[in-house]
Amino acid sequence: MNGVIDLTVFQVGLAYIFVLMVLIIVRILGIKREKELIIASIRMTLQLILVGYALVYIFDNPNPMITGLIILVMEAFAVHTVLGKYKNKLSLPMKKVIAFSMSMGTLTCIVYFLLIVVRISPWYEPQYFIPIAGMLIGNSMTGISLGVKLLLDGMISQRALVEEALILGATPQAATRSIIRNTFDAAILPTMNSMLGMGIVFLPGMMTGQILSGTAPTTAIAYQIAIMLGILGAVALSVIILLKLGYRTFFTQEVQLQTGLLDN
Amino acid sequence: MFKFVDVKYMDILDVPSLFIEKGKITTLVGASGSGKTTLLRMLNKMLSPTQGKIMFKETDLVDINSVTHRRQVTMLSQNPVVFEGSIRDNLNIGLKFQEKSLLSDDALLSMLEKVNLKKGLDTSPNALSGGEKQRLALGRVLLLNSEIYLLDEPSAALDDETEETIIHRVTEYVRKDNKTLVMVTHSKAMAEKYSDTMIEIAEGRCQSIRGCKRERSY
Repeated sequence: MNGVIDLTVFQVGLAYIFVLMVLIIVRILGIKREKELIIASIRMTLQLILVGYALVYIFDNPNPMITGLIILVMEAFAVHTVLGKYKNKLSLPMKKVIAFSMSMGTLTCIVYFLLIVVRISPWYEPQYFIPIAGMLIGNSMTGISLGVKLLLDGMISQRALVEEALILGATPQAATRSIIRNTFDAAILPTMNSMLGMGIVFLPGMMTGQILSGTAPTTAIAYQIAIMLGILGAVALSVIILLKLGYRTFFTQEVQLQTGLLDN
Repeated sequence: MFKFVDVKYMDILDVPSLFIEKGKITTLVGASGSGKTTLLRMLNKMLSPTQGKIMFKETDLVDINSVTHRRQVTMLSQNPVVFEGSIRDNLNIGLKFQEKSLLSDDALLSMLEKVNLKKGLDTSPNALSGGEKQRLALGRVLLLNSEIYLLDEPSAALDDETEETIIHRVTEYVRKDNKTLVMVTHSKAMAEKYSDTMIEIAEGRCQSIRGCKRERSY
């Protein structure tokens, strides 16, 4: 295996030719996106430089408090992102369910993955903890976001069926069974599709990164397989907690529909 | 059986006092928007009074589990909904929701005959007309063999002749097994003919409660 080719600032600078190319294309096509494109490129560069330096410091000075704080920030950011998408459509209990399912689903899988599968030592080793937690939280965020949307859509579009089921003596769980089933199925579908295409249609980012940085492909693949299974577990667990607790927020204590939530 | 004590529901319904008798047929009549459906939905706990209380067999409805209550006080909605699947699935779904054993095809066919619906059990309910869907929903509700039935305009989408047949059969079924029936109807004549008590509602208030001299005996 050849050594890793370090990129100089000049070499990285050469990659900005792609931004220039897109700028020319959008200008020719008359799409007014130049400003956003420049902002996105600058933001991405600055964010990664800052994260890079922060990670150098964190990796050199492993500290359980710092690792914990970073995970907390990641979880909070993920919850905030989901809540921001559905601003006025969510009740307070539903917001709590989103925060709970995101944290419980991901933390359980992160702890299992790092301590039982990878067996890192010390337990807060940031080099492993932070990137792996990031992947699990990021994918669960997508799953939960999709789950919330489909649960809301399902409750609104099938409101009459849910209400008829209640009238006939169904429990809320029985009345929403098909909505929950369809939502879970659709929310884990992107993860399953990416598993199906992996290695054939595309090489996953983590594996590509590891190979580029000099890791043997077999090691990179072993990590990729394990992390994909971890992602599947985290997404499924977060979404099922979300659905199992979330459907209840659409019903009152008297087992009537919270109609105000469904009128939006 | 049901006793209303100073019941109000927002500014839609105001019932200071009302008693619905066990084993009798009570009809609610009145113009549309008068509050009949609201009153019926409160009996099924699909709505709760915003003021006052409703007693059911001497217990405040608030203290009774809603799902348990709905399994003995079964309601047919004004605009019945059909579920996915066949007519068989739709007839059985109430039993499924109530965690009871499903019925044989013979029992289901006999119910279809009772509600005057001449269709096969494997037929899709999406192909049914509004009146046929209403009768399918009625059949689904009657199969639950509940103690009390609440029917909201069970014959609204039916022609006069079918309406008469259906109401006759339903009231006959209810009386035979000494069940309680509360029915919303647009037809005063039908109410007079088939019920024991007729409650007239206007603008959310009970205008009159009177006994009916039924012409038929069962």
